[in-house]
Amino acid sequence: MQLASFDFQQNHFQLFGLAQSYQIDIAQLEQQYRALQAQVHPDKSAHLPDAEQRLAVQRATLVNEAYQTLRSPLRRARYLLSLYGVDTQEENNTVMPLDFLMAQMEWREAVAEAQQAKDAATLDKLEVQIKRETRELEAQLAVKIDIEKSYAAAAGAVRKLRFMEKLAEEIHAAYDAIDL
Amino acid sequence: MALLQISEPGLSTLPHQHRLAVGIDLGTTNSLVATVRNGISVVLNNGNGGAILPSVVRYLADGSVVVGEAAQAMQNEDAANTIVSVKRFMGRGLKEVGEISRLPYRFVGAPSPSVAPGNSQGGMVQLRTVAGVKSPVEVSAEILKVLRNTAETALGGELVGAVITVPAYFDDAQRQATKDAARLAGLNVLRLLNEPTAAAIAYGLDNAAEGVYAVYDLGGGTFDISILRLSRGVFEVLAANGDSALGGDDFDQRIHCWLLEKNRLSALGPQDTRLLLTHARAAKEQLTEHAETRITAALSNGEVIDNVLTRSEFHAMSQNLVEHTLQPLRRALRDAKLGVADIKGVVMVGGATRMPQVQHAVEEFFGQTPLTNLDPDKVVALGAAIQANLLAGNRSGGDWLLLDVIPLSLGIETMGGLAEKIIPRNSTIPTARAQEFTTYKDGQTAMSIHVVQGERELVSDCRSLAKFELRGIPPMVAGAARIRVTFQVDADGLLNVSAREMSSGIEAAITVKPSYGLSDAEITRMLQDSTQHAQDDMQARARREQQTEAQQLLEAVQHALEQDGDLLDQAERAQIEAYMGALRDTLQLTDHLAIKRAITALNDVTVSFAQARMDKSVAHVLAGKNIADLEIK
Repeated sequence: MQLASFDFQQNHFQLFGLAQSYQIDIAQLEQQYRALQAQVHPDKSAHLPDAEQRLAVQRATLVNEAYQTLRSPLRRARYLLSLYGVDTQEENNTVMPLDFLMAQMEWREAVAEAQQAKDAATLDKLEVQIKRETRELEAQLAVKIDIEKSYAAAAGAVRKLRFMEKLAEEIHAAYDAIDL
Repeated sequence: MALLQISEPGLSTLPHQHRLAVGIDLGTTNSLVATVRNGISVVLNNGNGGAILPSVVRYLADGSVVVGEAAQAMQNEDAANTIVSVKRFMGRGLKEVGEISRLPYRFVGAPSPSVAPGNSQGGMVQLRTVAGVKSPVEVSAEILKVLRNTAETALGGELVGAVITVPAYFDDAQRQATKDAARLAGLNVLRLLNEPTAAAIAYGLDNAAEGVYAVYDLGGGTFDISILRLSRGVFEVLAANGDSALGGDDFDQRIHCWLLEKNRLSALGPQDTRLLLTHARAAKEQLTEHAETRITAALSNGEVIDNVLTRSEFHAMSQNLVEHTLQPLRRALRDAKLGVADIKGVVMVGGATRMPQVQHAVEEFFGQTPLTNLDPDKVVALGAAIQANLLAGNRSGGDWLLLDVIPLSLGIETMGGLAEKIIPRNSTIPTARAQEFTTYKDGQTAMSIHVVQGERELVSDCRSLAKFELRGIPPMVAGAARIRVTFQVDADGLLNVSAREMSSGIEAAITVKPSYGLSDAEITRMLQDSTQHAQDDMQARARREQQTEAQQLLEAVQHALEQDGDLLDQAERAQIEAYMGALRDTLQLTDHLAIKRAITALNDVTVSFAQARMDKSVAHVLAGKNIADLEIK
């Protein structure tokens, strides 16, 4: 790809030459990412005039942003749905199945207790459970988006996935806290 | 101005011309300069034949400055005017320099004019010397000037630029201070490069390494751990962690304290304090090779101290320092989502990794013998030189890509003194994030934004980087204004913040001048004060450079106006054209600073135009991210 043809208008999938779907080839994404950065990274234009360096910062920023978005299953789903005109409403739609919310509360309490007790083994177990649940939600997303194309239902799964990510972050923070 | 059309690649490079570029390791204890010669990275020797310049600066009453070994030789005698380990003060406030009472300096907490209003922590610490009050930036610049001289003498020409290394865990204030020091020393900074990453380049390219490596870098005053994936010419930092106030100096301090206790000493003067610290360092180095060492010193009051320190005693007193390095290690691995078994090799960097207890701890942690085949004192400078050669556009040495990260999360203060993360740590740079804010009172026309860096939840536990105010928000009912703030971290790891009210397009852009930093005006004054290198030919060169940049900018803006002029209203266009005219007028002046000011002014006035051009093309990329990233409470 020639630098001059770098197009800020492309969506993230187009940028990396990927088909626009939830399921993507991560290895191909990584390879394309590196190939793109090898061209647009500011280090490649450090000897050029300031204006060009600033442009490089913006291109590389966009490539990083696009890569981070597509690499994360949650962000990829959210982004893909936004391309289909569906807002995942993670900040204002908190209607969740009761059993899901109950499970969330229990997990959070378990994480907090494990942190309090400095119990890394329990955190390990919780992490495995949460990973499993996360994988399950991601599998549902693949079906809902790529096969059934039921985007509203997929938005619900994204909201759940956001909860799981938050839990994963809490576990991460708990490990850090135990290690103080 | 951003987002302008590109000129032909290689515009300013003549073919086959080797551009002189250096890598500089500006260390706490020692500094080095290296360059790539005939395809090989070499450390440059100074006039005395030595490669290592002690990072020691002595100020004399007549205003002259001595740097390096000659200054080091006087550090006991003239401790208050001989600045050692100045790196520990870079971008730091008085309160953060914890060991004030144990250091032989006259600290001044004078807040700099750039201190953000309402920031009670004060500006960067300064030091009172016989030659006046000096900021750590000025002291560091003296070291850099000597290295620049060494390089220009050895290479026989002016430098195109330099890569300056910084600890990976340096925050924005410390990075900005380092860049300011380079500017003050007349160096064009090609890049601020993280020290462990520099070491990884030197090691990786040398050994054609592939896989995940850990770089354990314990320097004189800083500790870094970086986890990198090396793969087919790509150096990708997966996670960085560390402690920017932990290093070999702290081991010296432990011995120093032990000496004070042993000999029931208290409240020593600067001279005796430095004397004991010097002996402590020598003892530490002795214990690397020997099982015990004897410390004898005569204090200024005639009292003689004479103690034997064994290696096991030293290990016991410094054990918690070594353990302290393991926590960042575990965190970096967790952030990289890797385990110890994933690490193919551990590269040791920094003189303090020579200590046997450090090597043992690292070996035990990783379950493998760390790699020490590279000189831990030189590897950072060598790697920086290799990167400098690449950045200067000398493609002789092959091609590779370096993807580094921001070590500490960036955030803003929200209600209740809480820090909300905007850019999380270990994000690959360059990176940007846009976030929208709104007014909370009817008719509110101003808004203040406090930018902080750190991992803690409370703003008071994070580092204050800057506060800035957005004025001129059109009066609306509460919640109607939409202010989009963009946080951009560049490839040096430095943050720029810009803000814009979306309905009126009012723009406020600032470079984050850290709460601990120097203002542009201060830097300019320091530049003018330092007349040492300000000869006429340099002025002329600076003028030519500014003229070239001015012409390029004028052409670029003209081009942008032709292409996207419709994005501007008449008043905006007239304003830009007025600034273009003003810049053209300065081209005849001999004062390059006047040209530079006019360039900056034109750049500033075209920011919103650039933003509009960017919005036109990439709005869909950044817009909306903010909402998605909101915390779910």
